[in-house]
Amino acid sequence: MGNKLKTLPLHLMLLPGVILTLVFSYIPIMGIVIAFQKFVPSKGIFNSKWIGFDNFRYMLDMPNFSSVLWNTIFIAVLKIVAGLIIPIIFALLLNEVSGAFFKRTIQTTIYFPYFLSWVILGGILIDILSPSSGIVNQFLGWFGVKPVFFLGDDKWFPYTLVITDTWKGFGYGTIVYLAALTGIDQSLYEAATVDGASRWKQMLNVTLPGMLPIITLMTVLSLGNVLNAGFEQVFNLYSPMVYSTGDIIDTFVYRLGLVEAQYGVATAVGLFKSVISLVLIVVSNRLANRYAGYRIF
Amino acid sequence: MNYVILSITAIACILPLINVLAISFSSSSAAAAGYVKLWPVDFTVASYKFALTKHEFVDGFWVSLQRVVLGYAISIAVSILIAYPLSKEKQVLRSRNYYAWFFIVTMLFHGGLIPTYMTIKSVGMLDTIWALVLPSAVSVFNVILLMNFFRELPKEIEEAANIDGAGHWRTLWSIYLPLSKPAVATITLFIVVFHWNSWFDGLIYMNSTSNYPLQSYLQTIIINVDPSTAATNDLLDMSAISDRTFKAAQVFLAALPILLVYPFLQKYFMKGLVMGSVKG
Repeated sequence: MGNKLKTLPLHLMLLPGVILTLVFSYIPIMGIVIAFQKFVPSKGIFNSKWIGFDNFRYMLDMPNFSSVLWNTIFIAVLKIVAGLIIPIIFALLLNEVSGAFFKRTIQTTIYFPYFLSWVILGGILIDILSPSSGIVNQFLGWFGVKPVFFLGDDKWFPYTLVITDTWKGFGYGTIVYLAALTGIDQSLYEAATVDGASRWKQMLNVTLPGMLPIITLMTVLSLGNVLNAGFEQVFNLYSPMVYSTGDIIDTFVYRLGLVEAQYGVATAVGLFKSVISLVLIVVSNRLANRYAGYRIF
Repeated sequence: MNYVILSITAIACILPLINVLAISFSSSSAAAAGYVKLWPVDFTVASYKFALTKHEFVDGFWVSLQRVVLGYAISIAVSILIAYPLSKEKQVLRSRNYYAWFFIVTMLFHGGLIPTYMTIKSVGMLDTIWALVLPSAVSVFNVILLMNFFRELPKEIEEAANIDGAGHWRTLWSIYLPLSKPAVATITLFIVVFHWNSWFDGLIYMNSTSNYPLQSYLQTIIINVDPSTAATNDLLDMSAISDRTFKAAQVFLAALPILLVYPFLQKYFMKGLVMGSVKG
């Protein structure tokens, strides 16, 4: 009795969060059943006809589904690789710099694009990448390069996505690695100096091994993102001209569901993605635990 | 050599913004002709005047402001109220782990676009500001961050307060919160930036464009060219039309709040990021 009274405030505190989560997370999760229905909005979830896996079969038979899946994986994997390597290089470069003011200024600057929305960045990118008046093509023009339509040419589009995404996010990653670098035992560097190791050798033999745990961790954790090619970015930068190489699962679901009103099929595609992502997250959590001794949950 | 590479990259990170800023202050003819690089040509504030008198822009700004204030108040309160009980040991709150899993599951699995939209619709929130602030109120990531911070506070202070007769509410309010300023500041900034930058929910949950937050409005006018009518030539010309300076001004105005607070927020973000990502 006494204990109950004592914990009652704790339950009360949790109540608003529990209600919000039930309504906005769990009810939508239950709404997934429409992936197995021939869903008609006027009939609702309870009266629509059950059709088993027909929506999934339909999804797999769609001519563009395999290309959408391929685009998603291709773009996501390139982003993951660039997003892992470039911050590491930057953290190493910054770490070698001695001036504190210079270091801070650089950090502040490279971190900044991370805080702007993809709408703002989309507006900026559409402008600076424009083939006629954009500053990037003008700059390339000085070297005799013909204007490139980065956002409208389906050959260039995926790489434009990868480069601009890396541009937006590498400051964030750099700071994570820098934090890891400050944790390296300074006496190791002193010992290396005594043994006559150059700065380059010190980086290879002290800094990199010191970063290895966090690199492993970040690599493993990024595994869960193989089907996340970045909805917000693609949605703001793509156009029908680049659907063939730029359409990803999330944008596909958006058009299928909200634009074409194929609710059942769109939900089936979304569920397909969620299930694979969930498996990847669980696997990467296991791997992170085994190789980096880290558990997210 | 390091200095050169780092400087060039850092410049590359802000140069696009400077270019857009220069365009926004240039005359539309100079901008359309592509004369503007990093400094305004034929300096004018006409595009800013135009943006600030355009009622869609001003309305959007106002909706965004409301959204940030309301969304922040709800989100921070709910996050703290979840994090405090979850920071307790299992001996204190026996159902702690059930609650924890209840929240964590939502991080791993969600209903996706269509079921979420249908839920918002069926609770009658379409076209109201609640659709923008309530679904995102519980951020499990923020909760975990706060919870980890709470856990590291010395237990002795709490015990002393307990002996003096303080209950959980009092302990949370007068002991935990004052001691947790860095963590609260960090998630404050996460929440505020999140709400200021969100655009997709406004786009799908608001039926009338007058309810659009600023970023949703900008999405429709700056980025969204109707796919059914956009031909290759239109897109090619898009940046050459005379409202290039107008768009630039609006982009800059929407980025301005972040630009203004960023220098002050930055150190908290860095701290928060480190707390959140490299624990233990």
